[in-house]
Amino acid sequence: MITEFTPVSAAIGGALIGIACTLLLVLYGKVAGISGIVKSVFAKANSDSRWQLYFILGLLLAGVAVRVFAPSLLEGELQLPPWLIVVAGLLVGAGTTLANGCTSGHGVCGMSRFSTRSWVATCTFMLVAFITANLVG
Amino acid sequence: MKAIMMVVIGFIFGLGLIISGMTNPAKVINFLTYGNQWDASLIIVMAVAMLIMMLTWLWVAKKEKPLLSGTFNLSDLKKIDARLIIGSVLFGLGWGLSGICPGPGLVQLVSLKMEFLLFFAAVLGGMWLAKKV
Repeated sequence: MITEFTPVSAAIGGALIGIACTLLLVLYGKVAGISGIVKSVFAKANSDSRWQLYFILGLLLAGVAVRVFAPSLLEGELQLPPWLIVVAGLLVGAGTTLANGCTSGHGVCGMSRFSTRSWVATCTFMLVAFITANLVG
Repeated sequence: MKAIMMVVIGFIFGLGLIISGMTNPAKVINFLTYGNQWDASLIIVMAVAMLIMMLTWLWVAKKEKPLLSGTFNLSDLKKIDARLIIGSVLFGLGWGLSGICPGPGLVQLVSLKMEFLLFFAAVLGGMWLAKKV
């Protein structure tokens, strides 16, 4: 599927993501890593998973609100055979768990902190994703 | 109060993902694929979010504690180990195949499309498997 380069909405969206990460860090001292948040809510229900649950609730509410008021913004489909969707999902889940982070935790929050681990992680998954997408696509 | 704020923060984050177009796997795949359909939007999203966070970290460095809680809850991991590399390679494979990372995967659950439900279930399965290692 062909997509347009959309610098303005990308910048607005990026700013909202940066503001959300800032609020979480400045107000509560926590890092917005989505894979970690998902893991704490779904994969192990410990006593500290309450804020993560509310965060996810907010994330889903954003999806619901957009679906109701501006459904065209939430377009997108996965054009892969089901078995490959399962493989990709397993890889994303296992990979982000082993690496302790994904695009948000390592990419946005970690690299901006100049964490060496986050730079190594992000450069690695970007490079591998680039190679994979070009070989498959 | 904290619960409401967390919902608001999650809402802003989710709205950012949607407005930026990152919940559309095609935009991510077109960024990752070299060619004349190259879509550089993802770079702008990352750059703007990172720029804001750089300023935030500068502020954090001067503070003893966050505004509404007792301590900063930050990773102090430093080691570049095999787990980090192998995990990032696996994540890169899954992300490059699908064009979805955990945030957009979560938001797209509301589309109730079978493919996204299946993807997210597999993500949880992968997390569960990796915890066994």
